[in-house]
Amino acid sequence: MPKDFGVGASTKRREDVRFLTGNGQYTDDMNVHGQAHVHFVRSEVANGVLKSVDTSAAAAMAGVVRVFTGADFEGVGGLPCGWQITDRHGEPMKEPAHPVLAQGKVRHVGDPIAAVVAETAAQARDAAEAVSCEIEEQPAVTDMKAALGGGALVHDEIGSNLCYDWGFVEENREAVEEAIRGAHHVTTLELTNNRLIPNAMEPRVAIGDYNPSTDESTLYTTSQNPHVIRLLMGAFVLGLPEHKLRVVAPDVGGGFGSKIFHYAEEALCTFAARQLKRAVKWTASRSESFITDAHGRDHVTKIELALDKDGNFLAIRTETCANMGAYLSTFSTSVPTWLHGTLMAGNYKTPLIYVNVKAVFTNTVPVDAYRGAGRPEATFQLERVIDKAARELNMNPIELRRRNFIGADEFPYSTPVAVQYDTGNYQATMDKLVDIADIDGFSGRAESSAARGKLRGLGVNCYIEACGIAPSNLVGQLGARAGLYESATVRVNATGSVTVMTGSHSHGQGHETTFPQVVADMLGIEEGQVNIQHGDTANTPMGMGTYGSRSIAVGGAAMVRATEKIISKAKKIAAHLLEAPEGDIEFKDGSFAVAGTDKSVAWGDVCLAAYVPHNYPLEELEPGLEETAFYDPANFTFPAGAYACEVEVDPETGKVDICSFAAADDFGNVINPMIVDGQVHGGIAQGIGQALLEHATYDDNGQLLAGSYMDYAMPRADDVPSLVVDHSCQTPCTHNPLGVKGCGEAGAIGSPPAVVNAVIDALERGGHSVGHIDMPVSPSRVWAAING
Amino acid sequence: MNEVSFVVNGREVSGEVEGRTLLSEFLRENLRLTGTHVGCDTSQCGACVVHVDGNAVKSCTMFALEAEGSNVLTIEGMANEDGSLGVIQQAFQDHHGLQCGFCTPGMVMSASALISENPDPSEMEIRDYLEGNICRCTGYHNIVKAIQAAAEATRTQAA
Amino acid sequence: MYNFDFERPSSLADAIVALAQEDSQALAGGQTLIPTLKNRLANPAKLVSLMAIDDLQGVAVGDGVVCVKAATTHVAAAAGAAGSFPALAELAGNIGDPAVRNRGTVGGSLANNDPSACYPAAALATGATIVTNLREISADEFFTGMFGTALGDGEIITEVRFPVPDAANYQKFEQPASRFALVGVFVARFGDRARVAVTGASEDGVFRWVEAESALFGNFTKASLDGLELSPEGLIGDIHGSAEYRAHLTKIMAGRAVAAC
Ligand SMILES: Cc1cc2nc3c(=O)[nH]c(=O)nc-3n(C[C@H](O)[C@H](O)[C@H](O)COP(=O)(O)OP(=O)(O)OC[C@H]3O[C@@H](n4cnc5c(N)ncnc54)[C@H](O)[C@@H]3O)c2cc1C
Ligand code: FES
Ligand code: FES
Repeated sequence: MPKDFGVGASTKRREDVRFLTGNGQYTDDMNVHGQAHVHFVRSEVANGVLKSVDTSAAAAMAGVVRVFTGADFEGVGGLPCGWQITDRHGEPMKEPAHPVLAQGKVRHVGDPIAAVVAETAAQARDAAEAVSCEIEEQPAVTDMKAALGGGALVHDEIGSNLCYDWGFVEENREAVEEAIRGAHHVTTLELTNNRLIPNAMEPRVAIGDYNPSTDESTLYTTSQNPHVIRLLMGAFVLGLPEHKLRVVAPDVGGGFGSKIFHYAEEALCTFAARQLKRAVKWTASRSESFITDAHGRDHVTKIELALDKDGNFLAIRTETCANMGAYLSTFSTSVPTWLHGTLMAGNYKTPLIYVNVKAVFTNTVPVDAYRGAGRPEATFQLERVIDKAARELNMNPIELRRRNFIGADEFPYSTPVAVQYDTGNYQATMDKLVDIADIDGFSGRAESSAARGKLRGLGVNCYIEACGIAPSNLVGQLGARAGLYESATVRVNATGSVTVMTGSHSHGQGHETTFPQVVADMLGIEEGQVNIQHGDTANTPMGMGTYGSRSIAVGGAAMVRATEKIISKAKKIAAHLLEAPEGDIEFKDGSFAVAGTDKSVAWGDVCLAAYVPHNYPLEELEPGLEETAFYDPANFTFPAGAYACEVEVDPETGKVDICSFAAADDFGNVINPMIVDGQVHGGIAQGIGQALLEHATYDDNGQLLAGSYMDYAMPRADDVPSLVVDHSCQTPCTHNPLGVKGCGEAGAIGSPPAVVNAVIDALERGGHSVGHIDMPVSPSRVWAAING
Repeated sequence: MNEVSFVVNGREVSGEVEGRTLLSEFLRENLRLTGTHVGCDTSQCGACVVHVDGNAVKSCTMFALEAEGSNVLTIEGMANEDGSLGVIQQAFQDHHGLQCGFCTPGMVMSASALISENPDPSEMEIRDYLEGNICRCTGYHNIVKAIQAAAEATRTQAA
Repeated sequence: MYNFDFERPSSLADAIVALAQEDSQALAGGQTLIPTLKNRLANPAKLVSLMAIDDLQGVAVGDGVVCVKAATTHVAAAAGAAGSFPALAELAGNIGDPAVRNRGTVGGSLANNDPSACYPAAALATGATIVTNLREISADEFFTGMFGTALGDGEIITEVRFPVPDAANYQKFEQPASRFALVGVFVARFGDRARVAVTGASEDGVFRWVEAESALFGNFTKASLDGLELSPEGLIGDIHGSAEYRAHLTKIMAGRAVAAC
C-alpha cells in the first residue's frame, strides 16, 4: 500500500511552489546593495608563459573600479586539493600550485589571468578587452599518451606530467598476473570513458560581500557544500577565520558534482570585496562555464577479465590513465582511485583484482567528480568486458552475470578491493529487470525492427555503487583531508513546530520535502510542521554538503540521531508533567502516555513546557528543546541494480534511437518514491547523454572544440525514451538508522554500459562484428565502425 | 539610452535601456522578475522562454526595445488570480516535473504555448516541441507526464 | 555585446535610408545575429529592425509561385505554405525549435547563408528568386560560399519567390548538438527535370549536386542514384562527422528525399 504521508509516501514537493511561480532565489537573482561586477580575462591559449599583464588602459576606462592580477595574490594561498594520493611506491602525489589568478604561466584555455571590477557587468566586460597580456605560447599537450611520452610539460617544476601511479591492491599485482596467465580464457578491452561537461543548467555565480564594521565577509555562491567552501577558502586560500566568514548557497540550479569544488572566482569575489569594501558579483556565461567548470570522466583504460571454462570470473586487471587537466581540482585525485578502484568487483565474486591508475596533467580544464565520479568509469569497463566475454564464449550475457553474482546469502561480503558490501540481492534485481524490460519479448520486437530496415539490439548490465563515503577515520588514512560525517540540528519551537538545520544541501533533490517526512514520522506530527534550513553556514551546523548520494544516508541519519535525542529529552519532560517514571513513558502518534494508563500529554504541551518551564524539572533538565547530532557512518552504502536498454540502429546512417530503457534498483528503504524515481530518470538521461551524445573534445592545441551547445550535444526530450524504473527490490542498509542506501547517482552509473551493449548487440545481430565503439556512440562513429 | 514601455503580466512597465539590453536582462534586472532564467549564451537552453504577444520566444534572443508596445507574459504571470498554482504549474508539481527548478520557468512557458497550439499533444509531439528547452535534472520523463496531464486538465476545464 | 543604436522603422523606405548609414546592419528575427553580437563577433553602430515593416510580412501564393516576404517568421511561412508547397512548409516548420521559429525569418536565414541552414537548400533546389530593394537575384547567383551572398552593403531582401515544384522533399539529418543540418538535401522535381540542393556538407556552403540531377533526369527514382558517389573533397569534416561520412549521408538523404517525393 502506498502511504500518503511520512516515510514511504510520495509527498509532493513543497519547494516546487516557489520554483513554479518564479520565486526561487538563485544566486544570480540576488543583488547586494552597492555591488560592483567582475569580468575575468582568461587565457585563450592552452599553454604559455605569461610575460606581462598591462591593465593600465582597462583601469582608465569608464566605470572601472579596480583590475586584479596574479600579483595581487602573491601573498595568498592557492586553491587546495582535498585528497592526497600515495602512489605505488609510497610517494605522495605531485601537487603543483593552483593560483587564483595565473602567475607566470597559463595552463589551459580559460585559465583566469586578470579580473576587472567595474560598476556594471557591461563595463567590466568592455574593459576586460583592454587588458593586454603578453603570452609566449608553448606547445600544448591534451592527449594523455603524449603527456606521458615526453610531450610538453604542464608544470615545469614537476619535471613530468605524471601526478601519481597508483596500484590497488598492490599486493595482488603478482597473483593477478599469474591468474591471467594461467586462465582458460582472457577477454581484453581497450576503451575510453569520454570527457564530459556537467552542465548544471544554472551557470556558476559568486557574490563576495564585506562588512567593514564587523570585519565579516560573506560569499553567496552556487555551491553544493557551503561549509566545505568556507573551510577551504578560509583556511587555505584567503586566511580568513571561519567566524568571520559566512558562505551562503541559496537555491542552486543543479550541481552534479561541478558545484562541490572551490573555484577561483569564489576566492576572487571574496578577496575583492574586502579590498574594495563593497560587494563584487560574478555571473558565468555558459561559454565561460564550458571552460571553467570542472569536467568529468576522461579515462583511457585497458581491462582484462580472466575466466575459467565454465565462465567463472578468476581475475580482473585494469590499467587506466586518468586526465587531471591542468590543475588538481578539489576532489579530483580521489575519483580515479578510491571512488573507482574500490568498485571494480562490481556485483561479482572475482577472487583477484588489480587496479592501476596513472593520473596525468594536460593543458585542459581540471577534471573532477561528475555524477557517479569514478563509479561510472568502473562500471562501464567491467560491464562492457563481461558482455564481450559472453560473446567470445558464446554465453548469454545475463546468464554469465548470474553465474558470477555474489549470492544473497553471502552478505556481508568482502571484496578483493577492500570494501565490504553489507546487503544486496543481485539475482532478485535481475529477475525484476527481466520482468519489467520484457526481455523475453525482445526477439519479436527485433523482427519488427528488421522489417523496417532497422537493427535492434538489447543491452543489459548491472552496477554497484558506493554512497555516503565514510567513515572519516578510514578515509583519513586513505588521504582525505576532510571528515565525511554529516550534521543536523533539530530545533523544536515552543508551539511544537520544528526547524531542522542540516549540513546537507539540496539543489534539486527535494530535501525540503523528504527530510520533514522523516522527522514528522518520528514525532507523529504533520509534515507541514517541520521546516528545513540548509545552505547557510551562519545558521546550520558544520556539514559536508551534498554529493556522492550521501544526503539521506548520512545527512538523514544525523537528523534521525538528533530527533532521537529530542524524543529522549521530551520523554523526560513528559514524565515530569505526568508525574510518572521516565521508563513508563511511551511516545506514539505525537502523544506521550504512561504505559498501561490513559494518562497522556500531547507533543505541543511538552514543547511549551520546555520553553515556558513553570512546571519543569529545572534541577535536572535544561529548558528548551534543541539537539544537534553529528553522524559518521560505519561504512559506505551499496545500492545496486540491473539495467536494460533496447536500441534501433539505422544501418544506413549509423543513427541510434533508444526504444526503451528499464531500471531495477535496490536502494534499500525509500523515503519518497516519487523523488527517487525522478533521481533515477535524471541519472539515466545523463547516462544516455554520455553514451550517445556528449563529448568535450579538445584539439591538439588545447582548444575546446565542443565549447557551446552548438557542438556539445545535451540530451533533449526527444533523445530520451519514456523510462521504466522500479525500486521494489529492497535490501535495507544494515548500518544506518533509516536503512537507506542513496539513489542520486545510480542512473548515471548504470546506464552507459546498457546503451553501448545494446548498440554492439544490434550491430552483431546485423552481421557487423565491431567489438567495441567508444562513447559517444554517435552516428558517424557507428557508420565508421560498420564500414571500417 | 532609450525609453521602452510594454505590458508585462497585465501591468504597464517602462524603463530606460541601451540598444543592447536584452529582454531577459530588462525583466530580470529592471523589473526584478527573476523567474525568467538565463542558462546559455547561444540561444539554445530555453530557460528564458516567455510569451510575447502570445508567442513563445527566447527572451535572451530579443532586445528589450523590440518588445515596445507588446504584451509579455512571464512565469510570474502564470498563477491563478488567487495566487494558487495555474493548471500547468500544478501539473508540474503533481508529476514531479521539476527538480532544481532552473529550467522550469521556460518549460512551463513552452508547455503553455504548446497546449494552446495543440490541446491534445501526443508524447512524441511534446518531446518534439521541447527541442529548445534543456533540462539536466529530470530526464524529461516527468515533464512529459506533467504536460500531458496539464493538457488534459485544460481540455476538461474548457469543456 | 558592444552597444549600438537601435531603430525600428515602419516603412521599407525608412529602413533603406537607415541601412545606408555606415556600420548599420539589418536585424530580422535576431536568432543568428543576437548570439553573434553576444560573442562580440560583430560590432555594428546601429541595428535596424525590419520586423515592424508590414510590407515585409506574409506569404502570397499564386502562378505556381510561393512568395514569402523577407521578415516572415518560420512559423508564419510554414502556415502560409502548408497548402501549396508542403515540402517548404515542413522545412520551415522544422527549423530550430518553436521559440526560434517564432522569431527567425526567411530573409535572415538566406542573408546569413549558414553552411548548415535549411532555407538555402530550398531556395537553391527550387531555383528561387531572391528579391531585394534593388534587384532580383536567382538562387544560383545568390549563394557565394559559406556565409557569403551576392547582397551588397545595405541591400535588403524584401521577398523570396519559390517556384512550386511538381514534387519535392527535404531530408534533414540533424547534427546532434546544434540540430542544424549535418547534411540536408532538398530535392525538387519540375516535369522530368530534378534539382538537388545540399546543405550542411560543403565548405563552400549550399550547393547543387549536379551528378544526381543528371541521374534523376527522366528517371526520377531512388535507384537512379545507386551508382553515384559524391567526392568527399571540399566537404566539411568536424567532430560530428568526417567528409566521407557527409558524402555518404548526402547520398542516403538524397535517396530518401526522392523516395518521399
Ligand atoms: C537554437 C537555434 C536553432 C536553429 N536551428 C536552425 C535550423 O535547424 N536550421 C536553420 O536553417 N536555421 C536554424 N537556426 C537559425 C534560424 O533559422 C535563424 O532565424 C536564421 O538563420 C536567421 O534569421 P533571423 O531572422 O533570425 O536573422 P537575424 O539573426 O536577424 O539576421 C541574420 C543576418 O541576416 C541579415 N538580415 C536579416 N534580414 C535581412 C534582410 N531582409 N535582408 C538582408 N539582410 C538581412 C542580418 O543583418 C544578419 O546579418 C537556428 C537558430 C537558433 C538560435
Ligand atoms: S538563456 Fe535563452 S536560450 Fe538559453
Ligand atoms: S529541473 Fe533542473 S534543469 Fe530542469
